Amino acid sequence: MPYTLKPSNAFDIDIETTEYLKDHVDTGDRWVLNFGPQHPATHTTLRLILELDGERVARCTPHIGYLHSGFEKLGEHLDYNQYVTIVSRMNYLSPIANDICWHHAVEKVFGVGLTPRCIVVRTIMAEIARIQDHLLCVGAAALDLGAITGFLYSFNPREKIYDICDFISGQRFHPDWTRVGGAMADLPDEEVFRRMVKDFIHNDLPHALKDLEGLVLRNKIFYDRTVGIGVMTREEAIGWSLSGPLARASGVRRDLRKDEPYLCYADNWDGQGAEAVQFKVPVAEAGDVYARFQVRIEEIRQAVGIIEQLIDRIPGGPMNVFTDSKTTKPPKSEVYGSIEGLIQHFELIMTNRGWEAPIAEGYGANETANGELGYYVVADGSPRAWRVKTRPPSFINYAVVSKMLEGHMLPDVVAVLGSINIVAAELDR
Amino acid sequence: MAIRDEDIVSIEAPPLNAMENLYIPEIVKGFGITLRHLATSWNKGKTTRALEYPEERRENIPVEKGGQYAPNFRGVHRLNRDAAGRVKCVACMMCPTICPANCIHITAADSPWDDREKYPKKFEIDELRCIFCGMCEEACPVDAIELTPEYDITGLSRQEMIFDKEKLLSIYDATIEKKPM
Ligand code: SF4
Ligand code: SF4
Repeated sequence: MPYTLKPSNAFDIDIETTEYLKDHVDTGDRWVLNFGPQHPATHTTLRLILELDGERVARCTPHIGYLHSGFEKLGEHLDYNQYVTIVSRMNYLSPIANDICWHHAVEKVFGVGLTPRCIVVRTIMAEIARIQDHLLCVGAAALDLGAITGFLYSFNPREKIYDICDFISGQRFHPDWTRVGGAMADLPDEEVFRRMVKDFIHNDLPHALKDLEGLVLRNKIFYDRTVGIGVMTREEAIGWSLSGPLARASGVRRDLRKDEPYLCYADNWDGQGAEAVQFKVPVAEAGDVYARFQVRIEEIRQAVGIIEQLIDRIPGGPMNVFTDSKTTKPPKSEVYGSIEGLIQHFELIMTNRGWEAPIAEGYGANETANGELGYYVVADGSPRAWRVKTRPPSFINYAVVSKMLEGHMLPDVVAVLGSINIVAAELDR
Repeated sequence: MAIRDEDIVSIEAPPLNAMENLYIPEIVKGFGITLRHLATSWNKGKTTRALEYPEERRENIPVEKGGQYAPNFRGVHRLNRDAAGRVKCVACMMCPTICPANCIHITAADSPWDDREKYPKKFEIDELRCIFCGMCEEACPVDAIELTPEYDITGLSRQEMIFDKEKLLSIYDATIEKKPM
């Protein structure tokens, strides 16, 4: 076991003497409202205990754990490829982004480099996942604030995204598409894939964005209910370690795609001096709910730009890294045709052989739609990780909900929750 | 690496203009959008996304229009037969090993045939536990287990959804035309 760090005593919190909890009992003449865990506006199973002073939220205590499903623990029981089926289920708004992020972390620990083709296709899928997530977030926020039509119109183009996922992987919702050093399969038909993606970004998405803008973003009711609500200043956003659209809406200039570039966001991604993709990072200063939606909409536009740069330039060549790196299964033709191929195929699958995993640990993070999604992988040389820690953006962003809500009106709770876009499956793991 | 200034788009919330502030014209505009959707989706117009399942099925739609891509689709399993009609599986135990959901249960026995040593006496897949990840198909060294384009499986009890060898072979007979080996 390589893991030797111990938590220092400084972090030992004595629950009995913590001020926060003592104060909690003393409600005075405020009354307590339970928001969730089963409530349509929480989207998933979240629970907020709101102490109300009239209709104002005097204090809000978020509770977690209602959807705890042991996802993180399962990382110790499933090998580096199998676990992708679990991470897929964490943030189910954009499952393929989780797949890509998980294997990004594993490949970083293993020291596996990807083929240019895989890098490009993964970048395209990561951006499509970003669009998928943002569309749902903005649409669902409209739904919470009473505009169900906006929700339906933003859901329509997501259907196309599911079709693309279905086409490349075989399943609409949980693609489980990546593997260490590549993907489960090459694109079935590059031309068709290209046409589907282009059809999506040129025909469906612009209409949906126009509808959303017309129905939701420039609507006076929506505007009045979101501007100046749940404000986080830049210092606070950094202090609470927010990431993603939340941080950027508060004026924090942080985007992992620029700060710690990976895939096609990095220069020289194909090893032959290819330039990084061009895109801009939207940053707003207001830090309120409205700014978050604006940042998300602008990110959709930038994502379309990135896809347009790449979709006609998918390089040829293999999807998986070369088989002699001992991490990818050889193609089926080799399994049937050569004894080395067959042996390697068996070695990779059987539990007592399997991976030549290094003894190492490392952290890999991607900028997903909701913020920084990262995995800390501790590999002890066996086929399974010794420990996998997820850094879910939802968890860290949910911590700040009480701060955002204090002093606001009760109906603002749903506006703030919608803007953070919490996914409880990822939050509770 | 800090983000350079030219890579930033600054976003501000533009104040609502007079028309938008009045709200009434905006209602009309909003209704315009909704009515346009109504008109274009009427009678299965071009903005309709709904499929009238089960009369319409994704199998019958071209892939680019949102149809199913049968060679790739991960539906219910089948056990392939070889040329002589016997089960192709050699009970190598790769698929239960790779299965992330632990839902394949195989009892191997000495094979009654000469061309291999083992065959599966019992082969069960719990379709309720299965997450249809397709890893068993990837792992099989003789292409014996495959996922088919079938997705509408039903059962009245949990027991019924544990598919045994006969059931899986019969799925092969039923789907071999849809998805040749
Ligand atoms: S599809 Fe996945 S979960 Fe289902 S039996 Fe095969 S390996 Fe197991
Ligand atoms: S991997 Fe194929 S041959 Fe091996 S036990 Fe499974 S179905 Fe049979």
